[in-house]
Amino acid sequence: MPFQMFLQQLINGISLGSLYGLVAIGYTMVYGILRLINFAHGDVLMMGCYFAFYAILIFSLPWYFSFLVAIFLTAVLGIAIDRGAYLPVRKGPRISALITAIGVSFLLENLALVIFGGRPKPFYRPPLFGKVIEWGDLHFLTLSLWIPFITLVLVLLLLLVIYRTRTGMAMRAIARDMETVRLMGVDVNRITSITFALGSALAAAGGIMWALKFPQIEPYMGIIPGLKAFVAAVLGGIGNVIGAALGGFLLGLLEIMLVALMPSLGGYKDAFAFLILIGILLFRPIGIMGEKLPD
Amino acid sequence: MTLFSAEHLTMIFGGLMAVDEFSLELKGGDLIGLIGPNGAGKTTVFNMITGNLKPTRGKILFKGEEISGLKPNAITRRGIARTFQNIRLFQDLPVIENVMISYHARLRSSFMGAVLQTPLYNREEKEMRTGAMVLLQRVRLADLASERAGSLSYGQQRRLEIARALATNPKLLLLDEPAAGMNPQETQELMDFILKIKEDFDLTVLLIEHDMRVVMGICQWIKVLDYGATIAEGTPKEIQNNPQVIAAYLGEAGGKGIA
Amino acid sequence: MHPTRDRILTGLSFMALFAFLYWAKGNATEYQIRLMNNCAIFITLAVSYNLINGICGQFSLEPNAFVAIGAYTSALLTMSPAEKQISFIIEPLIWPLNVISIPFWLSLIVAGVVTGFLAFLMGFPVFRVRGDYLAIVTLGFGEVVRVVANNLQTITNGPLGLKGLVPHTNLWWSFGFMTCTLFFIWRLTKSSFGRAMKAIREDEVAAEAMGIRSFRYKMMAFTVSGFFEGIAGGLLAHLITTISPVLFTFFLTFNLLIIIVVGGLGSTTGCVISSVLFVLGSEALRAVEEPFSIGPVHVPGIPGMRMVIFAVILVMVMIFARQGIMGRGELSWQRLIDLLRRTGGLLRSRG
Repeated sequence: MPFQMFLQQLINGISLGSLYGLVAIGYTMVYGILRLINFAHGDVLMMGCYFAFYAILIFSLPWYFSFLVAIFLTAVLGIAIDRGAYLPVRKGPRISALITAIGVSFLLENLALVIFGGRPKPFYRPPLFGKVIEWGDLHFLTLSLWIPFITLVLVLLLLLVIYRTRTGMAMRAIARDMETVRLMGVDVNRITSITFALGSALAAAGGIMWALKFPQIEPYMGIIPGLKAFVAAVLGGIGNVIGAALGGFLLGLLEIMLVALMPSLGGYKDAFAFLILIGILLFRPIGIMGEKLPD
Repeated sequence: MTLFSAEHLTMIFGGLMAVDEFSLELKGGDLIGLIGPNGAGKTTVFNMITGNLKPTRGKILFKGEEISGLKPNAITRRGIARTFQNIRLFQDLPVIENVMISYHARLRSSFMGAVLQTPLYNREEKEMRTGAMVLLQRVRLADLASERAGSLSYGQQRRLEIARALATNPKLLLLDEPAAGMNPQETQELMDFILKIKEDFDLTVLLIEHDMRVVMGICQWIKVLDYGATIAEGTPKEIQNNPQVIAAYLGEAGGKGIA
Repeated sequence: MHPTRDRILTGLSFMALFAFLYWAKGNATEYQIRLMNNCAIFITLAVSYNLINGICGQFSLEPNAFVAIGAYTSALLTMSPAEKQISFIIEPLIWPLNVISIPFWLSLIVAGVVTGFLAFLMGFPVFRVRGDYLAIVTLGFGEVVRVVANNLQTITNGPLGLKGLVPHTNLWWSFGFMTCTLFFIWRLTKSSFGRAMKAIREDEVAAEAMGIRSFRYKMMAFTVSGFFEGIAGGLLAHLITTISPVLFTFFLTFNLLIIIVVGGLGSTTGCVISSVLFVLGSEALRAVEEPFSIGPVHVPGIPGMRMVIFAVILVMVMIFARQGIMGRGELSWQRLIDLLRRTGGLLRSRG
């Protein structure tokens, strides 16, 4: 493959990988604390996009403001889901929580279908992101540079929260041993809600950037990115935030490379992530950065 | 003839040494106690023996075969059974089924045999049920056989745990704090019970306990752990008067006293 | 306990059922027959799905994938070479499938075996590692099946799907297979193997400590579920006579999940009850999606509202009534008799 094309695909891969990474972080944080696969996470991403869409459309807010509002609203949605649906079933068997998560996921998808309609809607792409840069034979949008940059900033901010604040310390402690932390007087439910808020906010950010990149939104748009982001989280070592980011990058790059090197298999690219998941489970279940989680 | 030996068993979690060079040799008919303050590593020793934890270092031999690193179900099938400190019964299942499950590993019928209810399977099912009832009678839970296990009182649940451990047909029985939460009368009954089943079932027993009446009352030999290390071992009389043991316990508020 | 009485009652009920089916064949409307077939197939699917989720306690989202595989396998084997030529207009079907045509009953067995085998392959990486991942793996597999079915033009005919299947499935087949499935799963659940699976569900660590090889029994539950779901897929294909990838979306799995949760995770009789409720309830709820009027108020139909209602029901049941209708218990003849006696007593004291 000519070098130019390789570079082009590399840029695409990094963009896509950033998005997977952002969403993967949300999964990994919630799993780390609750041992719960939040099936609704991908759909939270979708809701973030719709919030942004309507903020611009109905309230005519400038795009940067709308995006922030949408991210905020999505964080609130995350808290609502945690408190409304997951908290009541926390004490029960694990399978109840998983079933509830599936129920919430399905509910969000169909609510969106009923309220917003099934037809894909065009997502506004501000000129800042839409300019095309040409460099030799390479063509790409400024968006392709913004995405990794914003992702990096967000991940660094999150790491700051996790490793430099007391809330973050509580999050890390709960991931090790929830009962003991509870006994030490920490409000575990509050910390959990904060975790959901952060994860959902990141998902919204990822979703909005996804919608900027592929400017069409529809109610089922969160499912496939959600699944792939989960695979990325497992690839990186479930429970590990840096791992999730790395896993996301790796998955995005691999996916783009697959399509670039074997275009005839392009239709199967969504299945690719699944194969990677099986591979991880067979050969290195703890993932790249994984430590054995006490179960 | 050595039935069981643990050699230099060590367990290190992260940077923490949970168990430091634990060694033990057991012959058939032994009744050994394992005591020590909370967090001394006693249950960790149990978990290493039963395969729930892989020892960082050390070897475990049972009936001449090395069993370190085997999965729990394999170790149980070889003849080591245990009860759990924080009772892990099959809550939603009837009491009798809790015990019948321990027979499953020895079932010879295939699942097709079970579905078609072949004569062989029917016979085996009957044997399992009868065997379970006999054990329930021994622990005086026979009239609660169809009750949901989760509905039993604490003391009854403890007895059920022992019954289902016995149902696996063990040669070595590990009891993790069997007297916890029992009043003096129940404790005495438990002590008599342990001695009786040891004889009737030809068992070797390794026992973790905080209740010193039990430990001093029935154990032939006692090992004392503190912070993972074996600080003393000997007969009950020797241990009672051992200053290091007393010091280790005095550091802990509210043990069920030695004297 | 009265095992002989129970056996006689059960036998009589099934004879009555089949007598009713015989009457229905001649006298029921096509719509009613379609509903009955749906009931039978949903009962079969729910009871199979309940084995891995409810009895063994391992959360899986496999049904839509397994039903699809069973459907396509069975369809590709029964279609005549001529039919295949007509269907596969973009690219021809590969050899030897394009020349094979085997009897319906045989295609069902093959469908079951193929699906069961795939379940076995999938279970290996998952159950050895962490049961939590089973859900996402099976969910992902469902997507893979959809993607593959859409792309593998030379085998599945892509988005066009397979048409013109002979409608082999009638009341005898659907209820007959349902009876076999019920029999097998009921017997398995009541046996020592069922107890082992339940023990794993209740407390896997304790089960292992009692000598149970938990990996083996999770695999057993999963493979058996796969087998029966695959055959159900074949029956479904030959009932609706046209299959394509869009039929086997996650929606199917979701519906089954609601059924087994509402019926009571772990209760086979609960699944039967809730399956029937579901099929009939879905029909009734169709009304919500059509426009209707309450007096002078005209309410426009809201398409998709049905699914929202189902999702809400699922979440509500999980939060407030996790046990569902039957909980973990089964509706036995004794319970039914007691219930009838009590109701009879109530009515008598009123009247």
